[in-house]
Amino acid sequence: MSTLLEVRDLVKTFGEGETATRVLRGLNLTLAQGDLAALLGPSGSGKSTLLTILGTLMRPTSGSHVMLSMDMTRASDAELTDFRNRHIGFVFQFHHLLPDFTALENVVFPTAVGVGRETRAAKERGRELLQRVGLSDRVHFRTTQLSGGQKQRVAVARALMNRPELVLADEPTGNLDRESAGRVMELLKEINKEERTTFLISTHDEKIAAACRRQVRVVDGTAVADEVSLS
Amino acid sequence: MIYCFKFAWRYLTSSKLQTGLLVLGVAVGVFVFVFISALIGGLGSFLVDRTVGDISHVTVETPRLDPVLLMAPADGSIQAVYQREVGQREILRTADAFLPSLETLVGVKAVSPQIIGNGFVIRGQSRAPVAVTGVESQKVSAIADIASNLRSGEARLTNSTVIIGVRMADDLGIGVGQIINLQSDRGVERSLVVTGLFSLGVEALDARAAFVSLAAARSLFDLEQGINRIEIKLDDLEAADDYAQRIAAMTGLKATSWTEGNAQLIEGLSAQANSGDLIKAFALVTIVIGVASALLLSTYRRRPEIGIMRAMGASRAFVVGVFVIQGTLIGVIGGVAGAIIGYLVLSPFPLPENAPPGGFPIDARQGAYAVAVVLTTIGAIFASILPARAAARVDPVEVIGS
Ligand SMILES: Nc1ncnc2c1ncn2[C@@H]1O[C@H](COP(=O)(O)OP(=O)(O)OP(=O)(O)O)[C@@H](O)[C@H]1O
Ligand SMILES: [Mg+2]
Repeated sequence: MSTLLEVRDLVKTFGEGETATRVLRGLNLTLAQGDLAALLGPSGSGKSTLLTILGTLMRPTSGSHVMLSMDMTRASDAELTDFRNRHIGFVFQFHHLLPDFTALENVVFPTAVGVGRETRAAKERGRELLQRVGLSDRVHFRTTQLSGGQKQRVAVARALMNRPELVLADEPTGNLDRESAGRVMELLKEINKEERTTFLISTHDEKIAAACRRQVRVVDGTAVADEVSLS
Repeated sequence: MIYCFKFAWRYLTSSKLQTGLLVLGVAVGVFVFVFISALIGGLGSFLVDRTVGDISHVTVETPRLDPVLLMAPADGSIQAVYQREVGQREILRTADAFLPSLETLVGVKAVSPQIIGNGFVIRGQSRAPVAVTGVESQKVSAIADIASNLRSGEARLTNSTVIIGVRMADDLGIGVGQIINLQSDRGVERSLVVTGLFSLGVEALDARAAFVSLAAARSLFDLEQGINRIEIKLDDLEAADDYAQRIAAMTGLKATSWTEGNAQLIEGLSAQANSGDLIKAFALVTIVIGVASALLLSTYRRRPEIGIMRAMGASRAFVVGVFVIQGTLIGVIGGVAGAIIGYLVLSPFPLPENAPPGGFPIDARQGAYAVAVVLTTIGAIFASILPARAAARVDPVEVIGS
């Protein structure tokens, strides 16, 4: 399996001097293409911090970060924005959909913002994705008219819109009831299987973690114990 | 760009009440701008019309030449006293040569060759000083609009008739059809029938002016040929200084613009225009502040969305575009609405030239609508820059966790 992403000796320190908090202290992680990995660890261990750095939304204090053979630490902000748009999808704990737009408009956003308009092809793919997540009857609903689970499924569809190599999900089911959570997780697994999209999913839910093929554990922010399960 | 526009429009229409109020605020600012433009412009036209409407815009006379010493003294200096000739004015002998070219000059409304002089109106024991203007019979109303300001009688002149002001008529107790004796400062006396009484609203004219035909003036002032003044009216009052220069160069005579004798009016008008500009500037500043604060509030409210868009790969330029387009739309819509409201409110007012005395001299034509819309749009774009930049600086990391 080819390597998609690799971080080495990743350090992230917030603040300076006395009040400085070292959250990540030399973290190493490699993700291969097609991985379905759970990111585990106690609250405050630095899971969100790691996902934010991997998502190129924040720069590490030190360490290397390479994805698709590109050195992320050397890229300019504009390059990172463009890179994110093409290669990374996000699913957050709070769906973070655009409230004034319909489900379809939200889903096509990553493509439309790249080319400057909503193309027919983009809308077509948006519809397919909504169908895929089981929302073909909610295409033109404003996001405020959707339930929590439905919103999160729209968010998943949006994350997949540009066929990213990597999808980062920060507690995607944290805000959902058991049934909806199971549904979303099932969906991520399916997509991982069918499209070989790499997933890194942070979660406190052992059941969700168990559904993944890899479990990456951030312990004390210092080390990563990687357990590869055989499922 | 299209996509930016879609977002801007959606944002504006998603909170209709807020946007409506903002647009209304801008429209009110533009209305103030338009109203002040129309009022100050109208007031200016009104004042100029009242003061300059019945006087010559450019007056051509012979220059007064001071005598020169033909021979410079070999040594020492010469003291000379020169007494100007008074009474009889210089005669424009060459007038016939250039009158036609003056009349055909573009922008010249009327040319009135005149013979002017002073004299007295004698009636019984009373003698009233009078400024006599001899005009071409068919051009009685060319400069002062006597025909429209006639109190009684008619504005028609023959060799034996005279038109005088109502004040003089009241003072002397004469009416239309009666005869007055006019004695010129050349000692010539003639009896003339009063055919009309005018009331121009200018004291000097109503109490002291008498209009006679050129022929009558010729005999009164003992002038066998020529004229001694040409009064010219222009289409564009403000061009009078330029025309005066051109006419002086053309004729070699002294040409005086109306502005020379009305410095105070000009000064007053420009002070008035300046205060108008100040009010308009305040209106624009208010618009800019209003738009800026409303958009800034909107960027603050939408921080999470902006952060998420940035995370999804929206460039800073995209975010800036969304907010600048919002500002532009508010400026254009509010500006056009304000201009339309302004026009609708202002157009029922009578134009300054028809305004009743004591009325509001508002000139709906001088509303500066296009300027108002353009300046408002520029102002609104300018106002949106700060909020747009604030929006573009939103850090996705800060908003995603919350
Ligand atoms: N911007 C910041 N400034 C200072 N400290 C920060 C900042 N962001 C995160 N931290 C600190 O970093 C540590 C790790 O935070 P992080 O959100 O990554 O944890 P987490 O593993 O995602 O926790 P949770 O499971 O509760 O979501 C925490 O102690 C937090 O206080
Ligand atoms: Mg977290």
